[in-house]
Amino acid sequence: MKTLLWGALPYIAVVLLVAGTIWRFRYDKFGWTTRSSQVYESRLLNVASPMFHYGILFVVVGHVMGLFVPERWTDNVGLNEHTYHLLSLYGGTAAGVLAVLGILMLLYRRRTNAPVFKATTANDKVMYLVLLAAIVLGMWAKLAHSSVSEGYDYRQTIAPWVRSLFTLQPDIDRMAGVPLLYRIHAVVGLLLIALVPFTRLIHMFSAPVQYLFRPYVVYRSRDEGQLGARPERRGWEKSKL
Amino acid sequence: MRPMAQIAMVMNLDKCIGCHTCSVTCKQAWTNRNGMEYVWFNNVETRPGQGYPRRYEDQEKWRGGWELNRRGALKLKNGGRIKSLLSIFSNPKLPEIKDYYEPWTYDYKNLTDAPLGDDYPVAEPRSLIDGKPMKVEWSSNWDDNLGGAPEYGDLDPMVEKVRRQARQAEADEQARQAADKVKFAFEQTFMFYLPRICEHCLNPSCVSSCPSGAMYKRAEDGIVLVDQDGCRGWRKCVTGCPYKKVYFNHATGKAEKCTLCYPRVEVGLPTVCSETCVGRLRYLGVILYDADKVTEAASTQDEQALYEAQLGVFLDPEDAGVRQAAERAGIPYDWVEAARRSPVHALISKYKVALPLHPEYRTMPMVWYIPPLSPVVDALTETGHDGEDADNLFGAIDTLRIPLEYLAEIFTAGDVGPVRSSLTKLAAMRAHMRAVNLGERPDRAIAEAVGMDGPGIEEMYRLLAVAKYEDRYVIPTAAVGDARRLEESAVPDTCSLDHADGPGMGGDGPFGQDSGGKQLPLVTIENFHAARKRQTSDEEPDDVREQQ
Ligand code: HEM
Ligand code: SF4
Ligand code: SF4
Repeated sequence: MKTLLWGALPYIAVVLLVAGTIWRFRYDKFGWTTRSSQVYESRLLNVASPMFHYGILFVVVGHVMGLFVPERWTDNVGLNEHTYHLLSLYGGTAAGVLAVLGILMLLYRRRTNAPVFKATTANDKVMYLVLLAAIVLGMWAKLAHSSVSEGYDYRQTIAPWVRSLFTLQPDIDRMAGVPLLYRIHAVVGLLLIALVPFTRLIHMFSAPVQYLFRPYVVYRSRDEGQLGARPERRGWEKSKL
Repeated sequence: MRPMAQIAMVMNLDKCIGCHTCSVTCKQAWTNRNGMEYVWFNNVETRPGQGYPRRYEDQEKWRGGWELNRRGALKLKNGGRIKSLLSIFSNPKLPEIKDYYEPWTYDYKNLTDAPLGDDYPVAEPRSLIDGKPMKVEWSSNWDDNLGGAPEYGDLDPMVEKVRRQARQAEADEQARQAADKVKFAFEQTFMFYLPRICEHCLNPSCVSSCPSGAMYKRAEDGIVLVDQDGCRGWRKCVTGCPYKKVYFNHATGKAEKCTLCYPRVEVGLPTVCSETCVGRLRYLGVILYDADKVTEAASTQDEQALYEAQLGVFLDPEDAGVRQAAERAGIPYDWVEAARRSPVHALISKYKVALPLHPEYRTMPMVWYIPPLSPVVDALTETGHDGEDADNLFGAIDTLRIPLEYLAEIFTAGDVGPVRSSLTKLAAMRAHMRAVNLGERPDRAIAEAVGMDGPGIEEMYRLLAVAKYEDRYVIPTAAVGDARRLEESAVPDTCSLDHADGPGMGGDGPFGQDSGGKQLPLVTIENFHAARKRQTSDEEPDDVREQQ
C-alpha cells in the first residue's frame, strides 16, 4: 500500500499528466479552452475568478518553493526555519484563503445561476470535487498543524520525498511519519495532477504569455493544400496545425 | 510600398428594404447551431436604434477598438498587453447574453400532447440558455422599424452624441435644429436600415487583442478569421471588436465570427448575404492597399480626418507603378485585373460615394456604405416639391429628415462634409438620369455642381441602379489553376468511383451516408452554372419558356 501510494502513484500521475497533455494537444485542440461562462453571468465572476486565480497561482508558487527548494538553500541565504514558517504561514494562508473563498464563490455561482449550472458537465463536477478537496485539505492540514510559534516542518519529510521521486528512487519511508491530513492532501493533489489534461483545467498550460512579444496584427497565408471548405476530419485523425 | 489585396464590400443603403433575408440566409448557412443561437454574423438594424448588441457603439462602456495614447500612438482601448493579461481571469467588458438577447424556442410538445379540452393549448417560450420557461422581452430586432422608439430611441448612442454636441453649441442655431431633428414623434421621425457584417478591418483590434494569436488576417485576401484549434476562450476579442462582430460560442467556448463566406469567395462566388440580398445592394471586389501606411493612417490625430487617411491607404490599380509593385509583392495577375474592375474601388475611391462605418474606432473598416438619400426624396415629395429636381434636392439635403449630423456620426466621425458630398452626388444622379429618361438634354451644370460629368454620372448610375450581377461582384478566385477541383469541392478528393455500389465498392457515397435511401444526385458544375445563368440573365432562357 505504501509503495503504491508513495512509490507508484506519483509516477502514474505524472505519466497521465504528460501523456494526457500530448494526447489533448494532438487530438483535441478544439476542446482546449477555458469554456468561459462569462456570457451567462458576469457580476459574481468578476470578483470570484480573479480572486480564485490569483490565490491558486500563489499557492502553486508556494508549493514549488516549499517542495523543490531544499531547506539547505534557504538556510544558506539566511532564512531560518522559523521565519520560513511564518512566511509560509501568513503568505500561504493568505493565498489559500483567497483561493478557498474564490472557489466557494465560483461553486455558489455554478450551482445557483441556472445557465451556468446547465453548462456544467459531469467532467466539470468531478474536477471541482477534486479541486475543492485538494484546496480545502491543504488548508486544513496546514492550519491544523500550525501555530505562530511553530508548524509542521514538511520540508524535512514531504519535500525530500518529492525530490527523491526525480532520482527515480522514491524515498518512501520519509512519508511514514507524516500526519494523516497531509497524506490525504498529497494523494488528492496527485489525483488532481492526473486529472488536469482530461478536464477544462488544461487551460492553465496555454497561459498566453507569448502575447507580450508578438506584433499586434497577425497575418497568415492560406493553407496551400487546402482551398475551399476543409474536408471533415475523422475524430481520431490528428489535426493539421 | 507594400501592396496587399483585400476583398471589400460596399452596401448601398438606399436600396435596403430591411427584409432581413441576408441575416436569415447567413444564419442558416453558418450559425444555426448549439451555442450560436444568439449569433448574427449579419444583422440588419434600424437606425436610429440601439443596434446589436444593444448600444454597442458606446465605446466608453464596451472599450472596443483603438485610441491614441498621450504620445499619439495607437493603443487598444481596453488596455495594453500587460493589463490585458493581468485581467484575463474575468472580463467585465464582455457583453452578457442579456445585452444581445436570450434566445428561446417554444414548448411545441404541449401543443401535440395536450389532452382534449375546451382550452386551446399554448406553446410556452423556453429559454435556450437555461431551458426554463421565460418571458420574451427582447430579441435581435425588437426595435425593428423604430418599434418602441418613443421609449428606446433615446438610447441610441449616436442620437445621444448628436444631441450632446448640439447642447454644447446651444448658441449655434443650426446645431439646435439638429437636436430637434432627431425626434421620435411619429410625424417627425426618420429611419433607415443598416445591415452589418464584420468589417474585415485593415487594422483589426480583434486580432490585436487575441492573447493566443489564434485570430489572423489572411495575407491573400484580408479576410479576418478565428483559428478554432488555436482559440483558447480568453474572450478578449469580443471586447476588442468595436463593432461587436466577434461572438462567443457558449457551447464550444470558442470565439466565432463572420468569415466573409471564404469558401465561396475562394471559388469566385459572392457571400451568402450578398447573393441572397433582395435589394441587390451589396458589392464585392478587390481593393489594393499599402500595408506600410495602415498604422500611420490609423494614428491620424483628428478623428474626422480618418476617412481621408484611409482613402490615402488605398492604391490606384490604374497606376502602372502600383501594378508593378503588386506583381512584385506576389499578388496574382487576375487579382490586379479584378482590382481595376472592382466596383468597390469605384464606389469608394473614384466616385467617393461610399463611406466607412465609424472610422473613429481606428480599425480601418473595409465594409463601406453609401448613405441613404431616398428619405429626402420622399420628404420633398410629401411637401409638394418635385423630389427629383436637382435644386430642390441639393437644398433639401441640409434640411432633410435624416439629419446629416446623425449620418455623419455614423460614417465620418461627425464630419458632415463627406456625407453631404455623397448625397449630392446621388441627388445629381437622379436629376441627370431623369432628364435622360425623359429624352431631355441633361443640364451639364448639375453634374458639374458635384464635380462629375455626364458620362461619369451615367457610369455610376449603371453601377448603382442597373447593378448587374457581374458588375456587383468581381471576385477573383483563390487559384485559377485549381479552380476545377474547387468548384466540385462538395465532392471529396478521393476517387469518385470509390463509394458503396461503385466499382471501388468501399466507403460512403460522395455526399456521405444517404440514410439508407438511393444515392443523392450529384450536382455538377454544369447545373450550377445553368442555374446561375438563369438567375442573372435579362431574358428567360428558352427551355423555361418551352415548358410553360
Ligand atoms: C495559468 C494561468 C491561468 C489562466 C490565464 C486562467 C484563466 C482562466 C479563464 C480565462 C477562465 C474562464 C473564466 C470565465 O470567464 O468563466 C478560467 C476558469 C477556470 N480556471 Fe483558470 N486560469 C489559469 C490557471 C488556473 C489554475 C492553475 C487553476 C486551478 C488549478 C484554474 C482553475 C480554473 C477553474 C476551476 C475555472 C472555472 C471557473 C468557473 O467558471 O467556475 N485556472 N481560468
Ligand atoms: S469588425 Fe471584424 S475585423 Fe474589425 S475588429 Fe471587428 S471582428 Fe475584427
Ligand atoms: S437582404 Fe438586402 S435588402 Fe434585405 S435586409 Fe439584407 S441588405 Fe437589406
